[in-house]
Amino acid sequence: MTRYVLKRLVLLPALLFLFSVTVFAIVQAPPGDFLTTYVATLASSGSSINAEQVDALRREYGLDRPVWVQYLKWMENLAKGNLGLSLEYQRPNAELIGERLVLTMVLALLSFVFTWIVAIPAGIYSAMHPRSVVDYLLTVLNYVGVATPNFMLALVLMWGAFAYFGMSVTGLFSPDFVEAPWSLARVLDLLEHVWLPAVVLGVAGTARLTRVMRANLLDELNKPYVTTARAKGLSEWRLVVRYPARLALNPLVSTIGWYLPALFSGSLIVATVMNLPNIGPLLLRALINQDMYLAGSILLIYCFLTIVGTLISDILLAWLDPRIRLEEG
Amino acid sequence: MTTPVLQVKDLRVHFFLDEGLVRAVDGVSFDVHPGQVVGIVGESGCGKSVTMKAILQIVEPPGRIVGGQILFQKDSAPAVDLTRLSPKSAELRAIRGAEIALIPQEPMAAFSPVHSVGEQVIEALRLHERQWRPSGPRLSRGEARSMTVDLFRSVGISMPDERVDAYSWQLSGGLRQRAMIAMALSCRPRLLIADEPTTAIDVTTQAQILNLLRDLQRRHGTAIVFITHDLGVIAQMARYVVVMYLGRVMEQGSVEQIFHAPKHPYTRALLKSIPSVNVAPRTLLPTIAGSIPHPLGRPRGCPFHPRCPDAIPGVCSERVPALRPVGPTQLASCFLYHRDEAVEP
Amino acid sequence: MSVLAPAVPVTAEDRVSVASNWQLVWWRFRKHRLALVSALVLLVLYVTVLCPDFFSTQDPEATEARLAFIPIQRLHVFDGLRPSPWVPDVAGKRNPTTLRMEWRVDESRKIPVRFFVTGYPYRLLGVVSTRIHLLGASADGRERLHLLGTDRLGRDQWSRLVHGTRTSMTIGLTAVTFSVILGVLLGGISGYYGGPADAVIQRLIELLQSLPTIPIWLALTAALPRDWSPQQVFFAITVILSLVGWTTLGREVRGRFLALREEDFVLAAELAGASQRRIIVRHMVPTFLSHIIATSTLAIPAMIINETSLSFLGLGIRPPAISWGVLLQEAQNIQTVALAPWLLVPGAVVILSVLAFNLVGDGLRDAADPYSQ
Repeated sequence: MTRYVLKRLVLLPALLFLFSVTVFAIVQAPPGDFLTTYVATLASSGSSINAEQVDALRREYGLDRPVWVQYLKWMENLAKGNLGLSLEYQRPNAELIGERLVLTMVLALLSFVFTWIVAIPAGIYSAMHPRSVVDYLLTVLNYVGVATPNFMLALVLMWGAFAYFGMSVTGLFSPDFVEAPWSLARVLDLLEHVWLPAVVLGVAGTARLTRVMRANLLDELNKPYVTTARAKGLSEWRLVVRYPARLALNPLVSTIGWYLPALFSGSLIVATVMNLPNIGPLLLRALINQDMYLAGSILLIYCFLTIVGTLISDILLAWLDPRIRLEEG
Repeated sequence: MTTPVLQVKDLRVHFFLDEGLVRAVDGVSFDVHPGQVVGIVGESGCGKSVTMKAILQIVEPPGRIVGGQILFQKDSAPAVDLTRLSPKSAELRAIRGAEIALIPQEPMAAFSPVHSVGEQVIEALRLHERQWRPSGPRLSRGEARSMTVDLFRSVGISMPDERVDAYSWQLSGGLRQRAMIAMALSCRPRLLIADEPTTAIDVTTQAQILNLLRDLQRRHGTAIVFITHDLGVIAQMARYVVVMYLGRVMEQGSVEQIFHAPKHPYTRALLKSIPSVNVAPRTLLPTIAGSIPHPLGRPRGCPFHPRCPDAIPGVCSERVPALRPVGPTQLASCFLYHRDEAVEP
Repeated sequence: MSVLAPAVPVTAEDRVSVASNWQLVWWRFRKHRLALVSALVLLVLYVTVLCPDFFSTQDPEATEARLAFIPIQRLHVFDGLRPSPWVPDVAGKRNPTTLRMEWRVDESRKIPVRFFVTGYPYRLLGVVSTRIHLLGASADGRERLHLLGTDRLGRDQWSRLVHGTRTSMTIGLTAVTFSVILGVLLGGISGYYGGPADAVIQRLIELLQSLPTIPIWLALTAALPRDWSPQQVFFAITVILSLVGWTTLGREVRGRFLALREEDFVLAAELAGASQRRIIVRHMVPTFLSHIIATSTLAIPAMIINETSLSFLGLGIRPPAISWGVLLQEAQNIQTVALAPWLLVPGAVVILSVLAFNLVGDGLRDAADPYSQ
């Protein structure tokens, strides 16, 4: 198994290289470039810019060079740890991303914790009492939860809060705290605001996880080793948690690795709707405006997270299931 | 006569399916005396496994015990009716594993694949510690482990200290079964229920396991209820035999009487259908005519009558024969012997 | 030894009945009432797909600023005790400050709803030119019928919803169809032939699965030129959605083929002289065809949600084309929604259709599995 892991780790840079080319190609695909959009925006807002200024800007940003030269420049910078400059914000990309990275991760983590804390016990209870009232209720909630796109949920909750309570639940901070330095009060304020996006993000995942947990556990509960455990005299709850739940969890834990990058990307749409300072909206703007180094860097980060996440999943699965771990014996 | 360890009286277990009612066990009675081996034999679907599960109250829904008693004798205390105990009650859980232990059918699937076999034995020891060791300090990890190693050694597992950490799928069929036996005997139960313990293993290993069981039984004086469809195994192991068909007892008696003087047509047919090497070549293999009916399509009257060569027309298809003595310790439910003794519908 | 002859004749064996696999699947599916109801709902939705104009009451693209934000005129089926459908009329008042028309529902004035009315012209199924619509108020235009209100440009939401249903449900179906074709083809080649083809396809699948889906979708759809026609955009979106979605099915199919190759019944067919094509088509594929159908049905909801999300962000289907996501774009602004909550109704339809697909898919999956209860 270590051999397998090492092989994957060695392939990682090659994979990233391949992705960087793909990503850059996609970002550059729309006709025109950053300046085309920029000029158009200027024109629609009334001001204008003459051709000479545009050319000068083009040369300054390196946009007059062929695409592969631009790519090489990006790679060169990346090797030095420099993520490039955002053409729109005129700030280093690393700064822009860094500001939002922490908050994105906090959101993803909270959502993840919420999901697992709710879904696993719910799934276990459902499987242990199939066809009970609670089970039916949970099943209905699950189906609806899976069917609701998360931005829809966000919209409805925001509207509800606004229309009935007069609350504005956008943003991650109250107006006083947005620019304030970090303090305990700011952290508390953050927690007050972040729970709603975390729940919205987590709902679909929770619904899905509960259903899968229930199905897996129901499968396991019929197996002979459960009968043996019961015949030994273990209490129901203890035997369910120790044996079938453990086995039912195995395939789920292996999905944790995919979970985090999925949460990152999933938060994109919710962040846009709820106006959160996330990496997602940043990426969106960068893509639309062809702010290529910014968009490319963010996409590459996503790719990296996904690959690492998949690797973690595989490692977890092998580690938890001795059948896989010891198979090479 | 010593008091029986287990007395099953008129046990009924019904399954309430969407498609209908299945009377999996429909009036079964037998006694198990201390140190005795009772064999329950019958074809698939006769209800022997369900009987076993009912004793331990691990019948899965939609099955339920609907009648009868299961009296279990714990040492000098008065017998307790297991059917009266709630399946999840602490009292019943104290009996399971410690007083009545199960050796399940497929040891591969019956062990958890993600815990070592030793861990699972230690769990049994720990769970019932206060029953087999009422006083004294709590079992330490080291003690538990060495006890498990000793247990493994006593059931004939070689290299026990290594095998304790093995997973069930790493062991051969015979070793697995031995580990299962070790786990069942770990708390010195009064009664052992062996559910087809040799079905999943090959014949040579089977012989070894059977020897082991007989040996252990003699040493510890454990009573065994041995469930199987294999008449040969029954002949080797059991002192008393119960023959079941479609949830009812057809005949029961000592092993000599059942094998040498079977009274019920079903028992006779079963014995005749054992292929023999002593017959002339090109003799047809004897069979029992017809096939086992679908559990939802049980015949009226005696369950065996559609396939019975001696069925009495008009009688066997109308009423169900009651279990009545046909010899000193032999009972059969057949109208050939007791024309007037029918079971009330 | 002779065979024991029973005195009572043995009852005859039940006649052996034969039902094809599909019949069995259908019988099992029938038992899931919820799945049946959902299938019915989907059927209704797809009927509107066939001819959205027939079910619309107004031209979905007709804008009239004066008619902005008309609230829902709720359909009443009974007038007193008579079954006579009607909707309440709306009354408009010009707001003195903003100079905009503000509408409210006037329950006292009833507009009867008529069936098979003459409305705006369209082509039925793209062929027959007609003006007949299922529902409508009078044709002179003074009596308005807005079953789901209007948006900020005065466009009738009901008609737009009906048209949007067509786009969204079709994209879901076609994207999944492409995915399935790709998945079965590539997965099959990979699993059945093995060797270098398998290695290449496996690497490709791993590569595609390592990509973060939503960001890549965003990037790809953002890359679509702004001047493409709605049809081109529609097609491109379908292709983009299916390009990443086939990998899961591809892996499953590959796994199945790998396992099936070793099965004894395949060997038996080979020994009997069956050609490779026949073995694949007649022997191997039927064993998991029902599973593929069930999986595909379950994949459609994801496609629908993805398209809706992308269009909502402005990166998928673009106006003037209509899809559920485009409709929901109007609801992005909270103040707007507070003013006109009926703009959220397309979201309810999304949830309903996804729910229906999930239930049908679950029912199919349970029915198709020969080993399930």
